[in-house]
Amino acid sequence: MEEIVNLFHGFAVALQPFNIMVMLLGIVLGVIIGVLPGLGGANGVAILLPLTFSMPPTSAIIMLSCIYWGALFGGAITSILFNIPGEPWSVATTFDGYPMAQQGKAGEALTAAFTSSFVGALFAVIMITLVAPLVASFALQFGPAEKFAVYFLAFCSFVGLSKEPPFKTIAAMMMGFALAAVGLDSITGQLRLTFGFTHLLNGFDFLIAVIGLFGIGEILLTMEEGLAFKGGKAKIDLKVVLQTWKNLPKYWLTMLRSCFIGCWMGITPAGATPASFMSYGIAKRVSKNGNNFGKGEIEGVIAPETAAHAAGTAALLPMLSLGVPGSPTAAVLLGGLLIWGLQPGPMLFVEQKEFVWGLIASMYLGNLFGLIVVLTCVPIFAAILRVPFSIIAPLILVLCAIGAYSVHSSTFDVMMMLVFGVVGYLLKKCNYPLAPLVLAIVLGDKAEEAFRQSLLGSQGSLGIFFSNPLVSTIMVLGLIALFWSAIQEGITRLRGTRTAAA
Amino acid sequence: MKSSVLRIALATVAVLCTGGMASAAWEPVRPVEFIVPAGTGGGADQMARTIQGIVTKHNLMKQPLVVINKSGGAGGEGFLDVKSSVNNPHKIIITLSNLFTTPLATGIPFNWKDLTPVAMLALDEFVLWVNADKPYKNVKDYIDAVKKAPPGSIKMGGTGSKQEDQIITVAVEKASSTKFTYIPYKGGGEVAVQLVGNHIDSSVNNPIEAVAQWRGGKLRPLCVFDGKQMAYGDPIADGKGWKDIPTCKSQGLDMEYLMLRGVFMSPKATKDQVDYYIELFKKVRATPEWQDFMKSGAFNTTFLTGADYAKWVEVEEKRHEVLMKEAGFLAGN
Repeated sequence: MEEIVNLFHGFAVALQPFNIMVMLLGIVLGVIIGVLPGLGGANGVAILLPLTFSMPPTSAIIMLSCIYWGALFGGAITSILFNIPGEPWSVATTFDGYPMAQQGKAGEALTAAFTSSFVGALFAVIMITLVAPLVASFALQFGPAEKFAVYFLAFCSFVGLSKEPPFKTIAAMMMGFALAAVGLDSITGQLRLTFGFTHLLNGFDFLIAVIGLFGIGEILLTMEEGLAFKGGKAKIDLKVVLQTWKNLPKYWLTMLRSCFIGCWMGITPAGATPASFMSYGIAKRVSKNGNNFGKGEIEGVIAPETAAHAAGTAALLPMLSLGVPGSPTAAVLLGGLLIWGLQPGPMLFVEQKEFVWGLIASMYLGNLFGLIVVLTCVPIFAAILRVPFSIIAPLILVLCAIGAYSVHSSTFDVMMMLVFGVVGYLLKKCNYPLAPLVLAIVLGDKAEEAFRQSLLGSQGSLGIFFSNPLVSTIMVLGLIALFWSAIQEGITRLRGTRTAAA
Repeated sequence: MKSSVLRIALATVAVLCTGGMASAAWEPVRPVEFIVPAGTGGGADQMARTIQGIVTKHNLMKQPLVVINKSGGAGGEGFLDVKSSVNNPHKIIITLSNLFTTPLATGIPFNWKDLTPVAMLALDEFVLWVNADKPYKNVKDYIDAVKKAPPGSIKMGGTGSKQEDQIITVAVEKASSTKFTYIPYKGGGEVAVQLVGNHIDSSVNNPIEAVAQWRGGKLRPLCVFDGKQMAYGDPIADGKGWKDIPTCKSQGLDMEYLMLRGVFMSPKATKDQVDYYIELFKKVRATPEWQDFMKSGAFNTTFLTGADYAKWVEVEEKRHEVLMKEAGFLAGN
């Protein structure tokens, strides 16, 4: 009960006129940051952090977390319209969002994405409000082995459930792992696969790869198909929002499942990216419309967006209560907290009640404001697609180049992006799926790190991945997901023989 | 009348200009890049961003100070970037121990002498931590337990591989004739939480990385790897403050290690340019925000510039070479 009282006190703090203003400003800045590929939430928050030093801590964190929400919303916009994920967790949104935009359903896709983001975030905030202390202690159970199990599950549920030819999937994934291995090996501290080039010290940044593979690759494909941009028929009035809303309740089960996946991944803290991939993979397999996934199925937008936002929001909890950031953006926010003299950790909830509950209340309000802001802009965003391709293509190229440059302020990255563009084009031409490649680049080094940390701890014994109920359960779930097709086939055959016998 | 006013005005402007030119030495004419050779959210990053905040809030610079993270290759990316910016006085870099460890461990073509030393801002302490639920009340309890356990079964967690945390771990092993299994993590905060969750047995976190867990009663500090006890007396947990942590040496663990938090700038900087930044950091150090920051992280606030600073760095470099050689961490091993 005390929590509810605290929360209402928090609303009073967040609803002060200055804080509302700060909130709106944060949302708008965040959307802009999210739209620019490469700038991303973490960089955006880092750039804007000094702006907030003159504010009281509560207003400052409200503004920064609103930038975070804004960036989460904004990331979906370019994914859907141009096939360029602004953020790692928007990659899965492109799989169905972009085909929808091409079919002239950009408005529906955007509305579905924004609304499900809101639902996911709201679910996570409610969870934070109710079970914050329990969740924190759950997160403590995650050592390297448990973390690896979660990544393993993310890979398995995405790959095992996909319907692409398995060998092409594996080939694409191995390419991703190889790319993820470049740079510093965090376990031995040695450089790998850099061949003496100092530019490769940093490895291949995921964002560069994605901007190239998806953004540039798509432009090349479209050019080949004769400079036609198929999104021109997009309807541009607000009715689209209401019509889409009418259909959304049908997908309540997908949303609920994605909320759970997202919250879980956000807390563990695997983060929003595996959450979005896992949620998409499971939805694809479970849904009645699974065969339409990848061709512009609205459910394929709802599932990853809900999960990504639930995870993004839930990731703030371990940051506040344990001082461990669940995402890169949360890591920057953490730095901000320390600068304001707030010490994240178990005592924050006890000693800084006004701050914590002000922040939680602003999560409710910030999301609501964010939803209103982006929904009213849906027609404007959708109208962008009416611009002829010959004008929009150079603009996208420039946007991609700026995005690639701003990740590390390096011109080498812009060249890398172009190379990835050509690779993306060739892979698509040969019908290799890009998603497993991207997933391996994003999670490959993290999974490797967790795997080797576990083995260091167990002195080389693989038994550590089945050493306690938590890690065993996750591993078994992963194996089931990996061999799901075989299992299903087995069951059907078993039934078949039974009926034959009978 | 009008023209004379104009003439006086012009003369005044001229005098002001020349006067200004004569008194002010070098000053940045465009935004200054403040490179952090580590990821966002880590210790060096926090310090750089705090400085940026202080500079902005107190208007200490006419040009903006922009923090840029170049963390690739254990910071090698950042060092090489500044090294290649010869004659660009608008680039400064904050360092941690990777100034020495990264070139030694990876063999990248870099040495701190490639850069121009500016100032040592502070030294970061290291503390030996264990989980508060464990029965180890002091260093002896813990070391005895490590000796009793099968070799390699006790896990020490730390930030990075072949960097400061692992160097300390190896030195502790040598000083106490024990054997740990060292597990590298990406960041210090993660290490602290892994220790709270009992996934590792001890850590050598910096104070700022573990203070929250100490305050929450989850971790227990055993000793500090410094020649003298820390200066900050405010109670943090159980009525104890940083000041009450004994030195490791006094506990029979003969090992000292402090980490440089210092600033360098691009090669071939002139004295005027270096002096500008020294003055800037002196002003930063005088602000209450900086002092709060020093206190929250229990930093050792030694401030060195010029030849003293260069000499300190040189001695540390030699020491790291010896430590890393003994541990077998040099590139090519």
